[in-house]
Amino acid sequence: MSEKATVITSSDVHLFYGKFEALKGINLDFKEHEITALIGPSGCGKSTYLRCLNRMNDLIDDVTITGNIALRGDNIYAPTEDIVQLRKQVGMVFQQPNPFPFSIYENVVYGLRLAGVKDRTVLDEAVESSLKAAAIWDEVKDKLNESALSLSGGQQQRVCIARVLAVKPDVILLDEPTSALDPISSTQIENMLLELRDQYTIILVTHNMHQASRISDRTAFFLQGNLIEFDETKKIFLNPSQKETEDYITGRFG
Amino acid sequence: MDPIREAMLKRSRSAKLERRGRLISLFCIGLIVVIVAGIFYFVASKGLATFFSDGVNLWDFLTHSVWSPGVKDAHGSPQVGALPMIVGSFGVTFLSAIIATPFAVGAAVFMTEISPKVGRKILQPVIELLVGIPSVVYGFIGLSVVVPFIRSIFGGTGFGILAGTFVLFVMILPTVTSMAVDALRAVPSHYRSASLALGATRWQTTWRVVLRAATPGILTGIVFGMARAFGEALAVQMVIGNAALLPNNLVSPASTLTSVLTSGIGNTVMGSLENNALWSLALLLLLMSLFFNIMIRWIGKKGELK
Repeated sequence: MSEKATVITSSDVHLFYGKFEALKGINLDFKEHEITALIGPSGCGKSTYLRCLNRMNDLIDDVTITGNIALRGDNIYAPTEDIVQLRKQVGMVFQQPNPFPFSIYENVVYGLRLAGVKDRTVLDEAVESSLKAAAIWDEVKDKLNESALSLSGGQQQRVCIARVLAVKPDVILLDEPTSALDPISSTQIENMLLELRDQYTIILVTHNMHQASRISDRTAFFLQGNLIEFDETKKIFLNPSQKETEDYITGRFG
Repeated sequence: MDPIREAMLKRSRSAKLERRGRLISLFCIGLIVVIVAGIFYFVASKGLATFFSDGVNLWDFLTHSVWSPGVKDAHGSPQVGALPMIVGSFGVTFLSAIIATPFAVGAAVFMTEISPKVGRKILQPVIELLVGIPSVVYGFIGLSVVVPFIRSIFGGTGFGILAGTFVLFVMILPTVTSMAVDALRAVPSHYRSASLALGATRWQTTWRVVLRAATPGILTGIVFGMARAFGEALAVQMVIGNAALLPNNLVSPASTLTSVLTSGIGNTVMGSLENNALWSLALLLLLMSLFFNIMIRWIGKKGELK
């Protein structure tokens, strides 16, 4: 693999919910145009860590975060950081498909409207290109004005991804995006992520180890708030260097 | 008969209990239905008598503006024009709802989105307290504070639609607010996180997503408030001036359907035209509250589909 630019660096990230230490010093870097999978059993801190990357944990009371996370060199926890701008650069897709109760069109342009874009042609173009990139254009192009809630779960999730793509983020965070979906919808989303890899940096939390092995370039294994191992996906799955990693991926626990 | 066969044909203890419970609840609901139907029948039979036995034209009743049931006009038909009361009722209802809505929605947004802790601990009990204040207290405050205040600014007596609107505004504000709070709380939190994750500020999230998703619930609250305002009698009667004249401004004495009813029903003889005419007003009130109820259900259903 050729050397790619590092997009996000994090060093010694600790996170406390009240007094409970949920992350115990995470050092993890993410490279451009790669899919990085975060795996580990429930409660290991992988989702919590993911939510540090776009500061969604700020919304929870009583959370303390220490350490350093930088996006392309800028400390995102600096007091001067513009969180709104950060979240535009680092988009997020949630576990449950959560389209707004608006039309498909309005869902996709939501982020653009926030930024004050009013030009109809710009919006139309963004809708088409984002829905195409999210591999759902053909299914919804004739019903853009229908409620997004009328779609199936898998379609809703792809609309949610299109909604993130429309604001042209640098990094896309996905928090178990397929765990609420059926296998066919999951495969569609996996294939789409592989397509998107060329333009975005993708960080994916998943419960599904097969999914991690199928689509990710690198895999990070979390356990009880610690990062146990981080390496190329092939290496992790074929020849892990830590005993815990091997136990987990061979199904001995978790 | 052999004992097994007997046991199978006899009702078990639990089946009997089941049956008894069903009968009791059926009786209760039946009683409610009978009472409601009875009220409707009573009010309708009295109210319609104005038109059928006293020969008043329904159209004249709704559009004429002279209310003196004891006096007959040049054609010999009684003068029961309810237009002043209809205008008065709708006037105070819509005006108070229009004023109350922005305050109620603003307060609800503060209580749910901006400061949920203060909202739950301090403002919620305050609002509940406001709902529980008897209407005569609102009316009395209106009479001793609002009416003199309007008098000092606009002149005249101070009684009128404006005073009624103010009193009703304060009365329905807690109702609309608490329903708007419920509607906002019912908006799933994942809409908020999705919006924030797309780079929205809290204000943008509230304005573009939360309020939009809560619109049917908020509308229901407004209609509830309007139903309450429309049916409120005592507090309005105390401040509106009780002159059955078509109001030509907001500060001259007027009347509503309810205020004419409360002040007149004790002073008329059962079965007389004067009495029947009041029943017609009551029927109109009943139909309007029915209409408000249907509207609430309709909005609720529309909201569900989304």
